[in-house]
Amino acid sequence: MNNNKLLLLGDEAIAQGAIDGGLSGIYAYPGTPSTEIMEYVQGSKQAAELNIHRQWSTNEKTAMEAAIGMSYAGKRAMVCFKHVGLNVAADAFINASITGINGGLIVVSADDPSMHSSQNEQDSRFYGKFSMIPILEPSNQQEAYDMAYFGFELSEKLNVPVLMRITTRMAHSRAGVQRREVKPQNQLRLPSDPRQFVLLPSIARKNYKKLLVSQSAMELESEKSAYNQLIPGTDKSLGIITTGIAYNYLIENFPNHKCPYPVLKVCQYPIPRKQVTELYNDCEKLLIIEEGYPIVEEMIKGFLNIGKTIHGRLDGTLPRDGELNPNIVAKALGLPVTEGEPMPVVVKNRPPSLCPGCGHRDVYEDLNEAMKEYGTGRVFSDIGCYTLGALPPFNAINSCVDMGASITMAKGAADAGLVPAVAVIGDSTFTHSGMTGLLDAVIENSPITVIISDNSTTGMTGGQHSSATGRIVEICKGIGVHPDHIRVVTPLKKNHEENVKIIKEELAYHGVSVIIPQRECIQTFARRKKAEKKKSNE
Amino acid sequence: MKNDIIVAGVGGQGILSIAAAIGLAAVNSNLYIKQSEVHGMSQRGGDVQSHFRISDKPIASDLIPAGKADMIISVEPMEGLRYLPFLAPTGWLVTNVTPFNNIPDYPNIDDILSEIKAVKNHIAIDADAIAKEAGSTKASNIVMLGAASLFLDIPFERIEEGIRQLFGKKGNDVIQLNLKALRLGREFSKKNR
Ligand SMILES: Cc1ncc(C[n+]2csc(CCOP(=O)(O)OP(=O)(O)O)c2C)c(N)n1
Ligand code: SF4
Repeated sequence: MNNNKLLLLGDEAIAQGAIDGGLSGIYAYPGTPSTEIMEYVQGSKQAAELNIHRQWSTNEKTAMEAAIGMSYAGKRAMVCFKHVGLNVAADAFINASITGINGGLIVVSADDPSMHSSQNEQDSRFYGKFSMIPILEPSNQQEAYDMAYFGFELSEKLNVPVLMRITTRMAHSRAGVQRREVKPQNQLRLPSDPRQFVLLPSIARKNYKKLLVSQSAMELESEKSAYNQLIPGTDKSLGIITTGIAYNYLIENFPNHKCPYPVLKVCQYPIPRKQVTELYNDCEKLLIIEEGYPIVEEMIKGFLNIGKTIHGRLDGTLPRDGELNPNIVAKALGLPVTEGEPMPVVVKNRPPSLCPGCGHRDVYEDLNEAMKEYGTGRVFSDIGCYTLGALPPFNAINSCVDMGASITMAKGAADAGLVPAVAVIGDSTFTHSGMTGLLDAVIENSPITVIISDNSTTGMTGGQHSSATGRIVEICKGIGVHPDHIRVVTPLKKNHEENVKIIKEELAYHGVSVIIPQRECIQTFARRKKAEKKKSNE
Repeated sequence: MKNDIIVAGVGGQGILSIAAAIGLAAVNSNLYIKQSEVHGMSQRGGDVQSHFRISDKPIASDLIPAGKADMIISVEPMEGLRYLPFLAPTGWLVTNVTPFNNIPDYPNIDDILSEIKAVKNHIAIDADAIAKEAGSTKASNIVMLGAASLFLDIPFERIEEGIRQLFGKKGNDVIQLNLKALRLGREFSKKNR
């Protein structure tokens, strides 16, 4: 490997590619496996010197909208989040393909097949197709860099945002990356049509027609793209289409990475019609290997499935769910599969758990005690480290659906007569999308008790700055929670009895109460102390 | 040349420092690398692993195929066994013997040790004790790396160089301590292979 290459995670390669490609601002909300893109830009000296905007946003929707604003002003912007973040940003995202862009705009959505750290394994490529924009899906770290670097120009050329879709293994795997020359940022420049971004129906209809017309240009870009390659093979009994990193799992199975079958390696969408047709005509049947949902497979198979045989995830040649690996692909090809010794039975599962000394632990001990008189099944929770309260020894919560849902689900259950209903939510999740639900509850004075377990950080994703820090009490007051029912406590063993008493009081109150246990995440605390020590040593 | 390595441990044990040191050594040797890491949920005290691939030719998959790993380096005895399905018949299991017990049903350590001994090529090392001898239990991961270094196709000097780079900012004392830990680990493997 060339020595002047950088050893980068896929996430970091995207960040460096964007910086070198003329980025002016990155907007993001943390979420595995996307978090390291923003973190890399925040740690980059080059980004600081170039004065690139690089602060976390409060949620994915605010991130997406701020990026559209930067694009409106003529500059290049990037938005990053995990796949479910795109659900939150979807309204802005879909409409951005109707407004079109001014400065280049790249949206990075990181999918998590096999759900290593997620509640589902949805495939972001559906969103790209839905909003009718090009999708870039790198198969290696160099492509990740290049796609971010050239993606702004593609976006500007086609006048739409470009979606970059990665999956966990791409995001969190390191390899050597060769950088390119740094491009200057765009100048501040208003859109030439002052009404381009005004989606009144009459304008939106015109813009939408333009988007429809540009579909053929997008297809042409895909057919010309160096990321889409038709690789010849001698054995035409089978033709293979791979998307993104699936290509690597395929060629891993052949000596010198030479596949005997013709392969179409797709890394840019819409899928290139010309090459797909050529492969289809040339081969007896097709195998589609995709990391994610069988999207390309469904498209090629069609509803009636009356053409040649198409193998893939839909007919069981590959598993319908979960991420791929070289062995799964070997099985699909009928190749011999290697296996080591089985895992000895003595090996036990080791699920993740709350850190020893974590404040959420005390919150659940207090809450479980206070709930004894009401019984189980009343605690709605949310997404964060505190979700681990669902596991033993706490078994304290009954739901985790999507960010912010604890408060609104508790309200809905209370509306149905489950009184008292409790919500447990983290500080970052509260400002992400708990605040609006709290307003709903305040308006009806719903009998719910909301516990905002405030550890002054976004813990689960590694301790990023939380927009909530230092603001929760004022926010709750501003939303209209009665100050008598906003109770700040410190979750420590020595306060157990006092805290149980306070929770019991609020459970008995027939209206909205908010309890805020406040104690810094011990991991964030340790990191902060270390950084402070380092600073004082300098 | 090809070394496919699984580095295993428990979230919070810092297995990525082992991977980082090998990574630097491999880069300095002009080799290709792919290293898949675990970030996110399981870092909270769950089982974590890193797939580390080094080769003098381009590498395709980020993940090592089952039954093909040349080595498992585990900083925790039960965790190394978890990845036996990945180990090639000729591969080495290099594992620490000090348990990290954060689950209610952690097995009897003797049962774990006898499973380790049943693996044809294994090194079972008390990395914590050796790290203490080197000057700090914090260096136990580097002891593990030293023990594993004997089975890597990278010159030992390159790994030492990697350690110097990795701890460069922390001053000479820390570098020397870790170099000592590295060498003690390697010595142990030489004597016990
Ligand atoms: C829409 C969406 N965005 C991001 C995430 C990733 N995510 C999961 S938990 C979490 C942070 C929660 O922070 P906080 O509420 O403060 O709780 P803590 O982990 O600190 O206890 C994030 C960002 C997600 N699951 N869904
Ligand atoms: S990272 Fe922080 S919030 Fe999460 S479990 Fe550990 S101490 Fe608790």
